[in-house]
Formats: sequence, structure tokens, C-alpha cells
Amino acid sequence: MAGLIDIFAQGLEMLLVVGLAPLLVGWVRKVKAHVFRRRGPSLLQPYRDLLRLFSKDALLAENASWISRTAPYVVFAAVWVAAALIPTFAAGLVFHWAADLIAIVGLFGLARFALAVAGMDVGTSFGGIGSSREMLLASLAEPAMLMVVFTISLFAGSSQLASIVDFVLAGGIGIRPSLGLALVAVAIVAIAENARIPVDNPATHLELTMVHEAMVFEYSGRHLAMIEAAAAVKLLAWLSLIAAIFLPFGMAPGPHSGFGAMAVGLLAWLAKLAVLATLLGLFEASIAKMRVFRVPEFLGGAFALGVLATVLLFVSRGL
Amino acid sequence: MSALAIELVVAAVQGTVGLLAAASRPGRGWAFFVYGATAVASAIGFLTVLVFLSSGSPPAAVVLPLGLPWIGAHLRLDPLAAWFLLVLHLGSAAASLFALGYDAEPPRPRAVLPAYAGFLAAMNVVPLAADAFSFLFAWEAMSLFSFLLVLVHHEEGENRRAAYVYLLMAGFGSVCLLLAFGLLAGRDGSYAFADMVQHRLAPWAAAAVFLLAVLGAGSKAGLFPLHVWLPLAHPAAPSHVSALMSGVMTKLAVYSFVRIVFDLVGPSPWWWSVPLLVVAAATAVMGVLYALMQHDLKRLLAYHTVENIGIIFLGLGLALAFRASGLALGAAIALTAALLHVLNHMLFKSLLFLSAGAVLQATGERDMEHLGGLVHRMPATALAFLLGSMAISALPPLNGFVSEWLTFQAILVSPALPQPLLHYLVPVAGALLALAAALAAACFVKAFGVTFLGRARSSAVADAREVDRFQLAAMFGLVALCVFVGIVPAGAIGLLRGVTQTLAEGAVLGEGWLTGWLSLAPAGALRSSYNGLVVLSFVLFSAGASAWSVHRFASARLVRGPIWDCGYPDPSPATQYTAASFAQPIRRVFGSVVFRAREQVDMPPPGDPTPARLVVRLVDPAWNWLFEPLAARVAEVTERLNRMQFLTIRRYLVLVFLALVALLVVIALWQV
Repeated sequence: MAGLIDIFAQGLEMLLVVGLAPLLVGWVRKVKAHVFRRRGPSLLQPYRDLLRLFSKDALLAENASWISRTAPYVVFAAVWVAAALIPTFAAGLVFHWAADLIAIVGLFGLARFALAVAGMDVGTSFGGIGSSREMLLASLAEPAMLMVVFTISLFAGSSQLASIVDFVLAGGIGIRPSLGLALVAVAIVAIAENARIPVDNPATHLELTMVHEAMVFEYSGRHLAMIEAAAAVKLLAWLSLIAAIFLPFGMAPGPHSGFGAMAVGLLAWLAKLAVLATLLGLFEASIAKMRVFRVPEFLGGAFALGVLATVLLFVSRGL
Repeated sequence: MSALAIELVVAAVQGTVGLLAAASRPGRGWAFFVYGATAVASAIGFLTVLVFLSSGSPPAAVVLPLGLPWIGAHLRLDPLAAWFLLVLHLGSAAASLFALGYDAEPPRPRAVLPAYAGFLAAMNVVPLAADAFSFLFAWEAMSLFSFLLVLVHHEEGENRRAAYVYLLMAGFGSVCLLLAFGLLAGRDGSYAFADMVQHRLAPWAAAAVFLLAVLGAGSKAGLFPLHVWLPLAHPAAPSHVSALMSGVMTKLAVYSFVRIVFDLVGPSPWWWSVPLLVVAAATAVMGVLYALMQHDLKRLLAYHTVENIGIIFLGLGLALAFRASGLALGAAIALTAALLHVLNHMLFKSLLFLSAGAVLQATGERDMEHLGGLVHRMPATALAFLLGSMAISALPPLNGFVSEWLTFQAILVSPALPQPLLHYLVPVAGALLALAAALAAACFVKAFGVTFLGRARSSAVADAREVDRFQLAAMFGLVALCVFVGIVPAGAIGLLRGVTQTLAEGAVLGEGWLTGWLSLAPAGALRSSYNGLVVLSFVLFSAGASAWSVHRFASARLVRGPIWDCGYPDPSPATQYTAASFAQPIRRVFGSVVFRAREQVDMPPPGDPTPARLVVRLVDPAWNWLFEPLAARVAEVTERLNRMQFLTIRRYLVLVFLALVALLVVIALWQV
């Protein structure tokens, strides 16, 4: 029976992260449209887009190899697993112990690697430019994220998200300068990882400024749908990650904490996602996209902040 | 027979095979015999050390009446030596198996076959040697045989230069190790390792031994800036030898460092870790940045060896720091991380070099700018190279991720260190390690994407054929091991128990590591855990379930059409992204500082049909700021010394007398 509840809670989390991800994307778009004094598309428009793509035939270039055909599923699976390992409405679900925060960063890396390789498959200059830039941005964003992971892990004495959540809920951290630096760094990394403004523009139509969109140029139909869905799940995963580390309030401590605690956790999670997505929309609406070679400075700033946060913590620990 | 005896027989068989091949006039049959015999011998040696390590057998020693008559050859098999023999035998078995197909008709059988077998025999003796003479003898033999193998294609001037630089650096490294052993032996001159362990050195002498070991082992392993020979020599050899040089020989250099610094010197002060961490972090980042600038596939791989040596030495530096402060758990985690990365790097680097060898054999090209689209012509090789790329990029759930994860865990334990300097240094080193890992992923997207994907850039690629079954067996054997160590790392880590027990203040991590379902949890389950098997099955399940449901409930039809390319496809393969263009953003961001990269664009005026030219200038800091001034200085000094060639006999006698007096003074001071 306990095992059944474990599996049920984990399965529920996996279904929720996929089911709610397009809604989150729709919410961000709605917020931006509202700021621009537009009505904007319906909240359900991302679901309709995905359904439309799924119902179409997939069109691939003549010289596309099996890499192009498998990459969308690998990308989606890696992101989905990463999202399922992040505590959302409850911490300490059964598979959460299989991977810590470093492994979650690694899974996002796996998804990015698969997509960048797929961008090179057909042999066009747009695919290459996208892959090349994506890997440049990742080469700065990933170490910055690992520095944040270090900072958080040094506070909590663990790089396991469930333990970090427990630690923060127990009031273990309080307000610390390192934590503030880490929050800024993780926000910058999240923006870059999800290809949002000012790093990349998910709605751009100008090829030369594209990063993520240029990589997936040759995709259509169900393949494109998988990649779009993966992008949506990734956004949800990053917002959940920030919520789990910095605002874990209301989260159920485990799968056996009862129906009431789970329901509270679920509502708290939805509220946190809505707030963070609103903030993201407001931020995006208030800033212009950067030139590509300004982005490394922006991300390098996140990296420096992450290193600073870790060093500060090491030094204060030693005194 | 004991494990030690079997290992010695394996080395003897490999040496004898080499002698036989040297004495005969080897042809095709001989190649089959040499590679077959070395593969079988390596497999037997591998099983022997596997049993030795997993059964936790006590160390065995023997003294053979070989070598110098009053010393004899001391040989000893302990867990540390056994671990490196395990790495060696796996690497050599894969290389020999690959060579059965690759080198079935070597261009110069007499040049390759005897040196290859001799190289294996010498490498086999290095970890077994338990006195300075046998060790240095085997070490030098290893260098010389690999030097011969670098010279196989000596008609190309580039290879001759590579061999020359290699010989110089190998000589420098051996001198450093010789001096280190001299200091370790002390005045009484006892060259057996067992006596050196007993002998406690003065602090200055111990520090000198440490620095000499960093220089001697580091020059062989490829620590920045002593790495300069490595990217020249490793690619010049035949590909299966490149795999051995990068995958195994550099690991024996790591072995010599661990043996000297962790075992022979004994307790060490904490500050030793400082230069090691600095050099290791610099090596990791510089190695991968150099690699990103390359478009020669094998040279790119060789620079990645430099990067991974940096990662290994970072773990060793952390282990030294922990051990000096008596933090046994941290020392055991860091040492395990470093030694596991030794195995992992051998696995994926051999795999990548063998795949690059397959590409070279099929197309005759090493330059990525002339390759492309090989995934259609060589699908199996492409898959092997892709998995090797993912492993070296430290992506879960493959093996490279496990050892980097352990290194990060060691860094997370490091606030317990009492030294403030290390509190600044360790997180920065960790940041650089993370940077190197992320850049490695970029580099391997480039290497795989430009070589295997896209459209063929030359006719050599269009006619490429998949390699034969021996080569594929060698590559996929290594792929299987990369996956196995990635999902069940506990199996490999369990073998390291004996090593950490002796070298990390007696910490045994064997039991605490494994919680339920084979998770890795180095410092208790609450701290952090990772389970590659669950992650792999989870990813496979999710990918399979989503692919199945999409094909079942949505559309399953696939239509092929021309390339879209935003509506303006260009049929010329020259319009693809190249290796140079892929690396351009990274060159601009990092290379403008590190390599002083400058780009110059010559654009003809409108109406002028001459092509525009882009010239990129890079400055190699190791050559330009260290080795070239050094070489100039050496040339200057030798020019002066050259006058001594034309002295009268009286002046020569005076010189001899003065040299004698100087030596006597040194001995007198030494005795005080």
C-alpha cells in the first residue's frame, strides 16, 4: 500500500508537469499581452498549437539521419525526467532520491546536447549557428548554475533537493547575502536556459538573432511538437526549481503526509508558479533583447555572482 | 599461480611476442599473431587483477635476479598497482582487438608490431615495479617504444618534429623522476620502494620530491604548460596506439604521481595541494579551450586528454588537502573520484580515438573540415563516437558524469578544511571544473556534428565504408563499459576499497556508499545520492512512452523533402557550418583573452570578384611565453659552451680536476 502511494504520487507529479506546462506558457504570453494593452491569445492556445502540430505529418530533409528522428524524444524525456525529480507539490517522492541537483543540471545538459547535435544534422548554416550559440551560452550558464548548486548545498549540507527543502522549511537559512547572490544568478541562468528575452526571443522572426529557434528550423509536425512541449516543461521545471529552493512554503513533506497536505501543497505550487510566471512576463515586457555578444557578459555576471556566493560562504564557514 | 605471477607472465608474453616479431619478417599473418596474442594476454591479465581486487587479496611481492646485480628487480602487486593494471589491460585489449581489423596490413609491419608489443610489456611492468631502477627502466622503455610508434609515419616532417619534442619532454620527465627517487632513497641509497616508505624525509626534501613528481609525472601526463608534446605526439601515432598513449600511458603517469606522493613520501603538509589545485584547474580549462580551437579530429581528442588529466589531478589535489588535515572521508571521496576518472577517461578516450581511427581508415582524413555526413556511411562508428562524446561531456547517465559528480561531492565536503587559503581556492577550482565540463560538451557537439552530421565535404567521405567487425567489437565493448560504469558505478568503486584504505588515512567507504537500489551516497544518504540505473531507466521509459504514444495516437507518417534552410537552401556543402565557424563565438569570448585571438577580414571592394578572406591569428601561450624563450636561451648557452670543444689538453685536464673537486665538495656537504 505504501508502495502504491509512492508510485501514485510520483506518477501524479509526472502527469502534472506535462499537463500544466503549456498552460504556464499561455499564462506568460497573456501577462505580456496584457502589459502591451493587447488581449492576446487564449490561455489554452499552446495546447491547440501542440495538437495541431501533432496531427500533421512530420516533414524531414532528405539527408536527415536517425539523429533528427530520435533527438526530439530524447530532449523531451530528459527534460521530463528532470522535472519529475524536482519537488513540486511534495518533497521526497520515491524517485527524488535517484538524483540530486547536480544530476538535474546534468539532465538539462543532456537535453541541450541532444538538441544541439540535432541542429547540426541536416547541414545548414542556420542549424549550425543555433547549435554553436546555444553551446556558447550553455558553457557559461551551466557553471553558473553549478555555483548556485554549491551555495545552496553548502547551506543545507546536501545537494539533494528533498533535503534542501526540509532544511529551508525548518527555518535553517534565514536571510543571507550569499542566498541573495545565488537567487540573482539562478534567475539569470533560468532566463538563458529557457531562451527568454533578453537572451533569446522565443517569438522572433529574424533568423540572425535566433538561438533556440535556429536549431529547430528543420523540424515540423510531431517532432516540432515534442520540442515545443519539452521547452514548456523546461520552463515549468525551472520555475518549480526556483520555488522549491527559495520558496518551499506549503509543500507537503512527503508522499505519506495525507490528502490534505498534498492538496495544500498543490495549491501552493500553482500559486507560486503563477506569481513567478507573472514576474517573468513583466520582466520580459520591460526589457529589450541583447545583442548576441552582450549575452556572455550577462551570463558571465551570473557566473561571477555564483562564485562570489560560494566563496563568501566558504570563507564565513571557515571563520 | 598467484596474481603477481600471472601478471609477470602476461608482461613476458607480450615482450616475447615483440621480440619474435622483431626477429622475423612480419607480414599479414604476423600482425594477426601479435595483436591476437596481446589481446588474449591482456584479457587474462584483466581477469587476474579483477579477481585480485574484488577478493581483497593481500599485496604480493617478489624479487627477481634481473637488472642491477646488487639490487635485483623488486616487483609487487598491491591494490593501487592492480587498479592501474586493470585500466591498462582493458585499454590494451580494446586496442589490440581494434588493430586486428585496423592494422591487419600495417604500412610498415616491422616498425609497428615489435614496438607495439614492447610498449605493452613495458607499460605492464611500470605499476609492478617496486624499486627505483626497475621502475625507471620500464618507464624509459615505455617512452622509447612509444617514441618509435610516433615515428611510424616519419616521412611527414610534422611527425618527426612531434617525435623530437616528445623525446625531449620524456627525457626531462625522467630526469625529474630520477632526482625524486634519489632524494627518496636518501644517503644510504636504498632504492627499493619498501625502504623508501620507511625512510622519513626532511620537510625540504619531501617538498622537493613533491615538486619533482609534479614536473616528472605531470610532463608525461600532460599538465599545463608541460603538455605541449602531447597534442603533437598522440595524434601522430597509428590510431590504436594513440588510444593507448592517451588512454593508458598518461594514466601510468598519474600512477607514478600517486605512488610517489601518496605512498612513498608519506604524510604531506596541506600546502602541497595549493600548487596542484592551481595547475590542475588551469590544465582542465586550457585543455578544453585548446581543443575547441582545433579542426584536426585526433588533435582535438589529444587536447581533451589534457583537460581530463586536469580533472584527475584536481581530485588528487583535493585528496592531498583532506589527508593533510586528517579528514579521511573527504580524502577517500576525492581519491576515489580521481581514480574512477582514470578508468572512465581510459574508456571513453580509447573509444573516441578508435572511432577517429575508423574514420581515418575509411576516409584517409583527420581534418574535420573535409569530413561530414559520415553518419550515413558509417552508422555504427557514428553511434560509438556519439556515446563516447556524451560520456566525455559528463552527461548522465554515462560514466563521465559519475566521476565528475564525485569530484563535486568532494568539493562540497571541503568547507571542513581548516585552511583559509583553501576556502578561496577550492570553490574557484570547482567553478573552473564546471566551466571545463560545459565547454567540453560544446567541443563534442562540434566534433560529432562536423565529422558525422551534415553533408559530405569531400569525395573521400562519399565513398567511405563501415569498418570491419573486429573494430566494431572493440568500440562497442568500450561503449558497453561506459554505460555499465555509468549505471552501476558502485561495482567499480567497490574495487577501489583497498586503495583508499591504504592511501586515505584508512577510510573505507565500501559499505556506506551503497544504499538501496545501488545508489551512490558518499557521505550518508541524506547528504546526496545518485543512482544512474534509475535515471537511465527513467529516461528510457519516458522517451519510449512518449514516442509510442505519439506514434499511436497522433501522426506516424514521415515525409521526406528538400532541405528547408529558411527557404534558401544552397546545394553546396561549403555553406554548412564548419568546425572553425562553430567555435567562432567561443573563440571570440574566451580565445580573445587566452590565445589573443585576432580576426582579420579582407573584404574586396564592390564589383571585385576576388573572394573575401578571413584570417584568424592565435597565440599559444605555452609555446610563445615559455618554450620559445626557453629554447632561445638554451641555444644561446650551447653556443657559448661550444667554445669548450676547441681547448688545449692542459685546459681539459684543469676542467676535469675542477669537476672532481666540485663533486667532492658536494659529497662532503651532503654528509654533514
